Amino acid sequence: MSRNNLLLIVGVIVVAAVIIFNLDMQVEDKKETVSFKPAVVFDMGGKFDKSFNEGVWNGVKKFTEETGIEVMEFEVTNETQREQAMRRMVDKGATVVLGVGFAQADAISKVAAENPNVQFSIIDVGWLDAPNLRQYVFKEHEGSYLVGIAAAKATKTGKVGFVGGQDIGLISKFACGYVGGVKSVLPNADIYENMTGSTPSAWNDPARGAELTRSQIDRGADVVYHAAGGTGVGVIQAAADAGKLAIGVDSNQNGLAPGSVLTSMLKRVDVAAYETFMDAKNGKFTSGVKALGIAEGGVDWALDENNESLITADIKSALEAAREAILSGSVTVHDYLTDQTCPY
Amino acid sequence: MQASRLPAYVDILVIPLLNLLTALFVAGIIIAIIGENPFTALSIMLKGAFIYKGGLGYTLFYTTNFIFTGLAVAVAFHAMLFNIGGEGQAAMGGLGIGLVALGLGGILPVPIVILLAIIGSAIFGAIWGVIPGYLQAKRGSHIVITTIMFNFIASSIMIWLLAGLLMAPNQMSPETVSFADGVMLFKIHQILNSMGFSVARSPLNLSFVLALLCCFAVWVLIWRTRFGYRIRATGFSTKASAYGGYRPEWIIILVMAISGGLAGMMAVNEILGVQHRVILNFTSGYGFTGIAVALMGRNHPVGIIFASLLFGALYQGGAELDFEFQTITRDMVIMIQGLIILFSGALAYMFNPFLERIFLANKGQKEPENG
Amino acid sequence: MLDKINKVKREHIIKNGDESSPFAISLIDICKSFGPVQANDAISLDVTRGTIHGIIGENGAGKSTLMSIIYGFYKPDSGMIKVAGTPVSFKQPSDAISLGIGMVHQHFMLVPNFTALENIILGSEGKKGLKSGLYAARKKLKELSQTYGLEVDLDSITEDLPVGIQQRIEILKALYRGAKVLILDEPTGVLTPQETERLFEILNALKSEGVTILLITHKLHEVMAITDVVSVMRQGKLVAHTKTKETNSEWLAEQMVGRSVLVNIQYPKGNPKHIALSAEKVSVTDKRGFDSLKNVSFDLHAGEILGIAGISGNGQSELLSVLSGIIQPAAGQFKIAEELFDATHHADPQKVRQLGVAHVPEDRHAEGLILQFQAFESAILGYEKSPNLGVKLLTDPNINRTYCAQLMDSFDVRPQNPTLLSSQFSGGNQQKLILAREISSMPKVLLVGQPTRGVDIGAIEFIHNTLISMRDSGCAIIVVSVELEEILSLSDRIMVMNAGEVVGTVNKQDATKPMLGKMMAGMTLNVAEKGV
Repeated sequence: MSRNNLLLIVGVIVVAAVIIFNLDMQVEDKKETVSFKPAVVFDMGGKFDKSFNEGVWNGVKKFTEETGIEVMEFEVTNETQREQAMRRMVDKGATVVLGVGFAQADAISKVAAENPNVQFSIIDVGWLDAPNLRQYVFKEHEGSYLVGIAAAKATKTGKVGFVGGQDIGLISKFACGYVGGVKSVLPNADIYENMTGSTPSAWNDPARGAELTRSQIDRGADVVYHAAGGTGVGVIQAAADAGKLAIGVDSNQNGLAPGSVLTSMLKRVDVAAYETFMDAKNGKFTSGVKALGIAEGGVDWALDENNESLITADIKSALEAAREAILSGSVTVHDYLTDQTCPY
Repeated sequence: MQASRLPAYVDILVIPLLNLLTALFVAGIIIAIIGENPFTALSIMLKGAFIYKGGLGYTLFYTTNFIFTGLAVAVAFHAMLFNIGGEGQAAMGGLGIGLVALGLGGILPVPIVILLAIIGSAIFGAIWGVIPGYLQAKRGSHIVITTIMFNFIASSIMIWLLAGLLMAPNQMSPETVSFADGVMLFKIHQILNSMGFSVARSPLNLSFVLALLCCFAVWVLIWRTRFGYRIRATGFSTKASAYGGYRPEWIIILVMAISGGLAGMMAVNEILGVQHRVILNFTSGYGFTGIAVALMGRNHPVGIIFASLLFGALYQGGAELDFEFQTITRDMVIMIQGLIILFSGALAYMFNPFLERIFLANKGQKEPENG
Repeated sequence: MLDKINKVKREHIIKNGDESSPFAISLIDICKSFGPVQANDAISLDVTRGTIHGIIGENGAGKSTLMSIIYGFYKPDSGMIKVAGTPVSFKQPSDAISLGIGMVHQHFMLVPNFTALENIILGSEGKKGLKSGLYAARKKLKELSQTYGLEVDLDSITEDLPVGIQQRIEILKALYRGAKVLILDEPTGVLTPQETERLFEILNALKSEGVTILLITHKLHEVMAITDVVSVMRQGKLVAHTKTKETNSEWLAEQMVGRSVLVNIQYPKGNPKHIALSAEKVSVTDKRGFDSLKNVSFDLHAGEILGIAGISGNGQSELLSVLSGIIQPAAGQFKIAEELFDATHHADPQKVRQLGVAHVPEDRHAEGLILQFQAFESAILGYEKSPNLGVKLLTDPNINRTYCAQLMDSFDVRPQNPTLLSSQFSGGNQQKLILAREISSMPKVLLVGQPTRGVDIGAIEFIHNTLISMRDSGCAIIVVSVELEEILSLSDRIMVMNAGEVVGTVNKQDATKPMLGKMMAGMTLNVAEKGV
């Protein structure tokens, strides 16, 4: 009884002391005044996720190497940390904060509204609106269209596959562009589409990815394109094991299974990261939505020593032609997100 | 549970402190190995947790989560039940809040919606505790196994609902739409600012007060009610409980309801306090950490408050390490947190034989003529 | 260097014994305390080789602590142990075992679903394959059991064997490990009179083969019957040491409690009145489908004590559990205060308590109180709802403490400290606390299981007197006990149970110990009477 009381009293005193201390110390927590200080907040995957976050990190690294400017960084581990990290970066004097991925949309829009003098930028978000916020979206449908053509040229069975990560509009956008590309070459091709799951964990489930790929191969597919983050490792592995072809995504994945990866659809998030910081440094920061397609160097297909034997002259010329057609505007690839439908 | 022969103050003060110091010592060695100064790291952790702008707010915010899940484990433990389903119960608590807030928000007055949402979280959590409790009491299915399985079931239900029926349109995350305006708990910094204190913004909200009230309520329940007496009697001896006529199986079911309800109320802090919408995985492992909290807090509400504060400081201060050091990544931080959980939770009684030798040896010599 | 000499000497002792010393074990100034409790205070004792040495004392006198020190389970705070004249220091029981000291615990340390053979070699399996070890063990055990008359079927599953045989397994186990000194802790507590006699024969056989036996007990007649030398312990001290031939039980009892006591009082007969409780063909089926109680019928009158005799495990426990509402009958019915309970209308402990039935359970530690509770909490077990112990849903520890202090005062529970843990009281004081709790509810029916098991003489006297005065004030009492003396001393009528059935009921004046013993073994009253 008395012991409990004693503990309670001690506890109250400690907590009270800490609160008073805290109130007191806030004044001293002053901002450093530097004209340019970049910061990046990686998401749950972490900066070495071999995929999206790592792509951003490559852009950040390139920026640091070229300019010698250190970029503050943080990797979130739980939901509340996204907002906290943004605020913390601002408190520490960041002049430009880059958010990675659509999961940070909510946090960045709140913090951006509270800090009109700080520049914000976010990748894969295009629906927010703030005068100090730049949003990057990619024309993944254009890149997917290109690799769709490559798949159609490479298939011997006339059947190709697609494995998506989380079942969301963004991934349907990949799928739709891919279907468009395939059908532009083989109007009657069979295309199998599977999504890995409906939650973020679908981005990191290689076993399930391999399973889906094997089932598509069993049905006759001999080229499988994935847009599934870490799950895609399983897709590529399964295709290579079966002696079939896979198509990588986001970064150049040709080297993951040389000779079995037909090509990769490059989504240059590193370009977005690099461009954000460079523009901010040079005073060229603009708000609004930036859509990076083939013309802007945001998406492309990958050719290197790992896949040059797979890319025949026929495939290469077809891809060059399609690329030109999109650049000139004679071909427009449909963006699934504009109307949530796919016409192909 | 083996009754400790150590004096009470050693058990509740010296041992946890010794465990904490050991953990910090081992963590310090690791930090030194990667080439950082462990003392700088410790001071940044402490400053990050208590002194930096908003740091204390975040610390207490995490503390709130741990109090709820720690109490849940402790209440069950008094009936000798090992409830490791806090994670699932909290997730279901979030669903309870979501259903009330989305269903009634805008229809009923805001304070009533908030009150019903809190009750909803407790009821949903309680249901998720009662089912394993019933299976234990009436079917003999071991509570550890069933509560683990119910974590998975809760997780699947949340995925199914949040990526399906309840998913907000026109966006890509598995989450609901935001609650109606005002269906949220006041933030402590808002309250203090309106009273004239200048306090940094943080997610700390009125749930903290609710958590402290729950601590008091649990204390009263366990040590001051006739029902609490029955809970403890059942926990220590099922046979004595049957002899007393307390129907141990009903005690198990009711205790699991209370335990689940407390775990479910963790969602009040995360969902009603901060997110204002139901999101996936908001439980972030707090349910599991609650086990370590309860162990370290010796299953007593006061101990749990302090243990929660420690873990809250660890979460917040640990994040600060990631901000400050390029070399200390978040995985490093998780490892340091893991060390502290290991030493103060799993190895909590490691120093007992050693301390018993010291304290009991002295005692024996002091009072030889007694007996 | 000294270590090496000790080691050589130790090996010598193991092989041959040190013939120069007449003492198997010598204790010199052994002290041991647990917190504030001085369990052993400067104990010095020589145990002569090849004798049966009795150590008696009340519960909590320090006998078990002393034996645990000899067995290497506790380390003494100070003092010295000599085995066959050589000073030794035990870190753990295996050190003691290696010097030929074996212990048979009060509660057997056997794995229930192992065979007898497996239990015996457990811990000394040998390093080679189990099978060859088993063969060698079987051979050695056959010799051992022939030498000492310890017949055991080595291939039976232990839990299927009677307790008497299980005890033999424990003894064999100790001998198999090379015990030259055998410590037996309260060995007869669980045995029938016949089994006890058999045990004594075995002990005498062991003695004649040169085994030294330390017998811990609180039963005076056993000490008188079998020991050569007896030492009396009281409150941690050795207070008397004498040859058994030169003493008598009254004197020993006086030494144990520090004052003169009456042993085996014949209380005057009670004055039975109306029927307070009646049972009719009550049967109980346990979880495994085994009928632990079969067609038990009897009447219990106000103002009488009905003693229930039987070897433990023959349905007495189930009978008490049914009558107190803890378990439900499969068939039959019983009536308490005009309320009839049967397989459909269930009794439960709370309801039965309200009808005026109090229950002192057989298993003090598991049922009667909660060892981890403070005394004042154990003092309200089953009665925590009582309106004078708190307000509505709440309890008040202060009120409970005061209440407990009153109980302790009127029932002489020592130490008189309501905040001490229940486990820190001696057996007798725990029992007095439970009795206080149950009697203070002014019951009309009192069910008492093993009222004095593991209780010291002073407390036995107090408990018996309390039960008699309860009877005389009109309470109907059932006493279940495995102690025949107790049953004979207290009861007005004696009901004998065997295998869940009532073998017969006799009036006190007609009952004799041999007759009851035979009935306990299952012979009907007529046969038993003929045998007398």
